Formats: sequence, structure tokens, C-alpha cells
Amino acid sequence: MKKMGDMLLRKGSFSEIVMGNTALVRAMIESGTRVVAAYPGSPTPEIADAIGAISKETRPFYFEFSTNEKVAAEITFGAALNGHLSTVFFKSVGLNVAADTFVQLNHMNIIGGMVVVIGDDPGANSSQNEQDNRHYAHMSYIPVFEPASPTEVYTFYKAAAELSRKMQMPILLRLTTHVCHAKEKVRFGGWDPQLPDDTPAFDPGNGPYIPLTTEVFPMKRRALQRLADVEAYANHAPLNTCVDHDNPKQGIITMGLPFLSLMDVLQEAEKKPDILKLGIVHPLPRQVVRDFLKSHREVKLLEELDNVLEKEIKLMAFDEKLDTTIIGKQELEDWIDEYTPDKVSAIIRKTWPDMLPLKTEREIDKPYVPMRPAQMCPGCGHRSAFHAIKKALDENAITVADIGCHTLGFMPPYGVGEILMCMGASTAMGSGLSLFNTTRKVVAFLGDSTFFHAGLPGIVNAVFNKHPITLILMENGTTAMTGHQDHAASGRNFNEVTDRIPVRQVLEGLGVTHIYEVDTYQQSRLTERVKQALNDDAFSVVIAKHPCMLKFNREQRRKPGCQARQVHIDQNKCRQIHKCVERFGCPTFVLEKDNRITVNPDLCIGDGSCRQTCPAEAIGAPETAQGDSNETV
Amino acid sequence: MKPFNIYLTGVGGQGIGLLSEVLLRAGDHAGLPVKGVDTHGLAQRGGIVVSRLRFGAGVYSPLIPAGEADLVVALERHEALRGVNTALKDGGTLIYYDTVWQPLEVRLKKAPPVDENTVAETCRKRDIREISVFRPDLKESLMQNIVVLAHISGESLIPGVTTAHYKTAMADLMSGAMLAKNMALFDEELEMNRGRVPGVGGQGKRKTKGSRQ
Ligand code: SF4
Ligand code: SF4
Repeated sequence: MKKMGDMLLRKGSFSEIVMGNTALVRAMIESGTRVVAAYPGSPTPEIADAIGAISKETRPFYFEFSTNEKVAAEITFGAALNGHLSTVFFKSVGLNVAADTFVQLNHMNIIGGMVVVIGDDPGANSSQNEQDNRHYAHMSYIPVFEPASPTEVYTFYKAAAELSRKMQMPILLRLTTHVCHAKEKVRFGGWDPQLPDDTPAFDPGNGPYIPLTTEVFPMKRRALQRLADVEAYANHAPLNTCVDHDNPKQGIITMGLPFLSLMDVLQEAEKKPDILKLGIVHPLPRQVVRDFLKSHREVKLLEELDNVLEKEIKLMAFDEKLDTTIIGKQELEDWIDEYTPDKVSAIIRKTWPDMLPLKTEREIDKPYVPMRPAQMCPGCGHRSAFHAIKKALDENAITVADIGCHTLGFMPPYGVGEILMCMGASTAMGSGLSLFNTTRKVVAFLGDSTFFHAGLPGIVNAVFNKHPITLILMENGTTAMTGHQDHAASGRNFNEVTDRIPVRQVLEGLGVTHIYEVDTYQQSRLTERVKQALNDDAFSVVIAKHPCMLKFNREQRRKPGCQARQVHIDQNKCRQIHKCVERFGCPTFVLEKDNRITVNPDLCIGDGSCRQTCPAEAIGAPETAQGDSNETV
Repeated sequence: MKPFNIYLTGVGGQGIGLLSEVLLRAGDHAGLPVKGVDTHGLAQRGGIVVSRLRFGAGVYSPLIPAGEADLVVALERHEALRGVNTALKDGGTLIYYDTVWQPLEVRLKKAPPVDENTVAETCRKRDIREISVFRPDLKESLMQNIVVLAHISGESLIPGVTTAHYKTAMADLMSGAMLAKNMALFDEELEMNRGRVPGVGGQGKRKTKGSRQ
């Protein structure tokens, strides 16, 4: 078996099939990166999986999952001020959380160098929006490198790290979902481990580091100057490439994954356009773009998400009176969704109708396949919680969701959590919904990782400003949605065992006076406690706790002698009223053609939380079943 | 040569990830340029999991254009049909493990389940070779992927990739008792089906099974 940890630490050069997220970690190692911090969020958590594959003792850099993205950015910034090459990574919307820090970064002299790695999510595969983080880079005068493939993730990171260290400025490496997760064989260079110089090199003389009064302008001036210097670099960097098809008439400027889609689509084209693929997308390498525009009569800008390049390039063409026809976005749909080969094909057909061969759409018979939305896992404590909480709420109640597995409560059959915004927003949104509201109870939900991430200020506010809502804290001991990363109340951090920061005591410390704590499997108790909490004339918190059963079950299965357990339905007792499927909705239940309910043996984990939901008491006690698996791979 | 596109699909938790990784590495051991991409994240909570693999020269994106898959590999019946609908080209091949993880709409009586005949009929109409596998005596549902793998190997469904390549890939990814157990199942399933006439155009369906639901 090939061990990922050993592979990442190989001294000689080698080739291996890896995903973009893994290639990034090898690039960090080869570049001499010393400090890395993150907050988990798709599409980036596998970066930490690769880091975790290297033992703490042999790992050439420090890594932590910080409390949130802003903290992670500050950790790496601080380390870089001591001279350590640093990297922070998180998902697209994480930059909103880190923004306050991020916008300052290029005002500072980051002597060690700092690469900010962001996993943007065109297509909103696992995010609440598809925000284009190039906007933030523009606002913050921070350069953006944009790789298209795992190989480029590796080479671009190395280039970014080198430039960042040399120019003592931050560089943003912008990945997108299918760049992070794409797999291919990457040719890696050798690694020559250097003995790091860990002398703390912080010196205010490297500043100024206090962006106040008279210093703000010089600091901003320096940021702008550095950006201009990067443009000079970008005009000659090998990261921007041209694909020459000897076509003076038509050209395309593109970048990242859309470039790969384009190359695939053009396989069918008879006369292919020339292509300029930008690797450095901010600042715009004007020289390169100007030359390309001048040598083509028509240039299409194939730009995923927003028209950031388009505005810059058109502005430049206007200023320089270039007469090239520049074709940017043509309709609203061009702003939406990932630029997959299918989407790019449609865009090219719209731009130049004759370029690709005619597509003959044949009507094919596609029988309907029932939808399969994501659902909470079998035995998930959140399911028990929603089932019980629903009984405590009247129809009028307003339920406010937050980010996490429990967000899935909005789906049938629960319908709990009717508005969702972003990390930690539920308590304050709920507080707002309670103003002038004497008739409808407001209940907000929050996960425990999110509690520490961004949930605390809303809670402090509810206490301080006396908002009489009920918060239900869904405590499962982990950051479940993104792959079970530990958080402050887990009793572990990424590297070692630590003291838990108990959620209840934090709440007490914040002055919350009405706190109830119930295991979610105790459904009738939970219903009662929520009813009580709703009647409290103050801000109240119900800690609805149960370990994440996916994580728990996986851990159990790894233990020797573990026996799987399952429930079964007693068909003699079952009255076929189907409350279990319609109200409780464990995905394990199967509705048979003859209306019987059975249990899918591949799914049931035998926790028995469903038993209390059957009015006919037809669900029997969990019994041992056979089986283990190849799942630990 | 045109690239060979493989679209793998199933429900989160079924073991698509391992199967996909084995195929990808087997392709590499066979000397083919390979690319792939998996869905991660939310989909694993009981939703649909998809992995795409592309073998051969001249491939840039890991994503497969709609209706351009040569082979759909599914670990569940509903997802098999969904894969055929969205990804498979006419005249391609579908191999699926014929188990059912009932989708939400079915359980809530909002839609009828997909039965095996619907899958077979759709394949027949579109000249798709359909291979449905099932092992009634398999105790561990998480090894269904290995049963499917054995049939992919036995029927040489991926051009240029042989049994030896699949086995080397398995050894890259597993070790110890787990490798032994999975390898034993792989060999056994391969042996059991040796010498059967490979199905063509929906015939010669290879069912080691009685239907399930
Ligand atoms: S991962 Fe854990 S918390 Fe999330 S749905 Fe599954 S059991 Fe529930
Ligand atoms: S015991 Fe089985 S059927 Fe009942 S809730 Fe748990 S997983 Fe679902």
C-alpha cells in the first residue's frame, strides 16, 4: 500500500496520481512553508487530510485548525511577521469572515511571505453562494494566481510562495472546486529539507505596522506599488501561456478550469481560436493582454462567474484606443454556474456559431428517477432532535437555521429551519425576527463548531440586549459537515488531546441564565425542555446534544470485536400508518410495494432512536447483525 | 484515439470513492493518461455521489460532457438509471450493482421506485449494454464495489486495462487483512463468472441473483 504521508515527504523527485488539494501540500513542503492554518470548508478539507497523513513529528511545518477563518489568517500573518513562510486556507465564503484581516494584509510588510489559498465554488456545489473572490483581491490590492489543474496547483503555489517571500507581500492562490478535487499524475520535484531558522524575526523597523493617521497613505502607496511590481513580473511570468492556432481573426482569453473545458470543446473545432490563458489574473498583465488583443480581430473573454477581467480589459482597450472587438458576457446565464465543458460549448456556439460542428440533439427516453437530496445519516442525533422539537412548536413559530448538518432539517419531513444565511447568523437573525413580535415564537439553531466560529457575538448580543428568543445548540462534538474536524469543545485539536471548552460553561459565563441540556435521543424530555424554554421570558438555550453518529459508528466499527446492530419491524404489530417514514424519516426505512415497512440492512446502525417514534411500538430492540467492511480506506 | 469516459455513481457511503480510485490507478498501471474528479462534501450525507474518470490522450478537463460517458458504473439501481439518463452515450455500457437505497420521494409516496425492467428497457432502446450484478450471499454491503470491480475486470469493460492492473491498483490502496479479504472476493467473483458469454446489446445479462426489491 502506498502511504500518502511517506509520499509527501520523499526527497527525490517522483510522479504520483493526486488531487489538487494533495499536490498543494507537497508544494508547501518543497517551498519550505513553516506555518499553516485553516478552518474546514469544502472544497479544501482534503488539504488537511493530506497534512494529517504526515505524522506530527515528521511534518516540516506547524498546522492548526483555528476557530475561524479570520483567526487562521491572523495566525499565519503573525507567524510570517517572525519570518516564517506561511499559508492559510479556507473555502470561498470563509473570506467574508477573514475579510477584516485580509483587506489589511498588503498594507503590511510580511517578511516571511504569506500565501492565502481559497477554494472558490463556482456551481455552489457545497456553499450558500458562488461568490467570486477576485473582488476581494481587487479591493485589497492582493495578487491572484489561478491554477487549472493539480499540476498547476503545485507549480503555482511554489511560484506564489517564492514571489510572496521575495516581495514580502500576500498572494492569493485561487482554487475552484474541481481544481481542488481533480486528480491526475503530477510530476513533483525533489525536496531538500533545510534546517529552519526559527529565531523570531519580528521587528517594528520592518513596518510601519500601525495603520493609523499619517501612516495609512504611505502604507497604501506601498501596497499599490507592490501590485504594480507584480504586474511587471506577470508580464514575463511563465504562468501565463498562449495556445497558438495561427488564427489572427479569433482569440480567447481565459483562465483556470474554464481553459480546460475550452480545450476539450475545441477538439471538435475545425478552425480553432488562439488562446491566452492567464495564470496571474490580478493584476492584469497588460503587456501580454495588449499584445494578444492587438494581434486578433475578435477576442472572446471566457470568464467564469463575474466579469472582473472584462471590465479591466475593456477599460484598457478603451484607454489605448484598440479596435479589437471584445466579446464579454452576453446574458445573465453567463454569470451563473461553473464553466463545465457543456457550458463552455454553449457559450462558444453563442459567440461564434460556426466554430463547432452542429449538435444534433436526439430525443431520448429518460424515465423519471426520484430525487435523492442529501439527508441526515441513519441514527443522526439531529433527526431525533427535529422530531422532538417539532412537537414543541406551534405552527406559527419561526425557525432560523444555521450552517451545518442540521441545516438539512429544512427538508421534508421536518421543515425546521426556514431561513439560512451564513455561519453563526441564526441567533441575531432570530433576535431581529423577535422585534415587535408578540405572537410568534422564534427559535434559532446553531451547531457547536459554529458556536465558537461566529456564533458567540450573536449570543452575547441576545443576552446583552435582552432578546427573548430560544436558541437550540445542536452539540455533536465535531465539525461534522466538512468531515469531522475537531473544535474547541471536542477535547482534541488537530495535533493533540486538549481540555474541552465546555459549551455550557461558556454560555453561563456569558450570562445566559436559562440553559437546558438534553440528549436528543431522549425525545419526550427534549420536547418538554423546548416547551419550557419557549415559555421563558428571556433568552434561553437548549443544548440538544448527541455525538455525530457517522463519526461514532465509524470509530466503533474499527474496534476489534465490534458487532453491528440493527432494528427490525415486527410486522404483526405494525399498523402500516407509516409515521416512521413520514415523520421521523430515517433513510433506513423502506416502504415496500405491499405497504409494509422494512429496514434496509445496509443502512441501519441499530441505535434504536426510532423506536420511540412508532405509536404501534412495532420497532423491535436492536439486535446484532453480521458484517464489517473495506470502508477504512 | 477518443478518450474513454467513465461515470461512477451511487449513494454517499456505498464506497464509490475506493472503486473510483482503483479504476483510476489501474488505468495508470495500464499506461493510459488518466484524469478524474470526485464529488465531496454534502453529497456524502445520503445524497448522490459521483466520480468521473477519463482515460486516454487529449483529455483536458476531468469533467465529462453530458451524454459522453462510455461506461456508467453504479452501485445502486436508481442511480444507475440516473447515470444512464444524464451521462451515458447511446451504445455505451452500464454496469450496476442491483441494490436499492430508497430515495426520499419514494418513501414519501411522491414517486414510484425504479424497477429493474425500466433500467433494462431504457438500455435496450438506446442500444446500451446492460450488466446487472448482485451477490445474494454477500454479507458486507461495503464490498459490493469489489463485486462490481470483478465484473468490470472479467468483462474487460475498460479497453487496455487488465485484471493484473486492477489487482496492482488494489494493492496500492489497501493492505493487510483488508486487502486479503477484498482480493479474495475479487478472485472468487471473477472465477465464478469465467467462461460466460459476455452480454452484448442488453443480452447475456449477467445476473448472479434473484431480484431484490
Ligand atoms: S455527519 Fe453526523 S451530524 Fe452530520 S448528518 Fe451524519 S450523523 Fe448527523
Ligand atoms: S435504529 Fe436503524 S432505523 Fe432506527 S433510527 Fe437508527 S438507523 Fe434508523
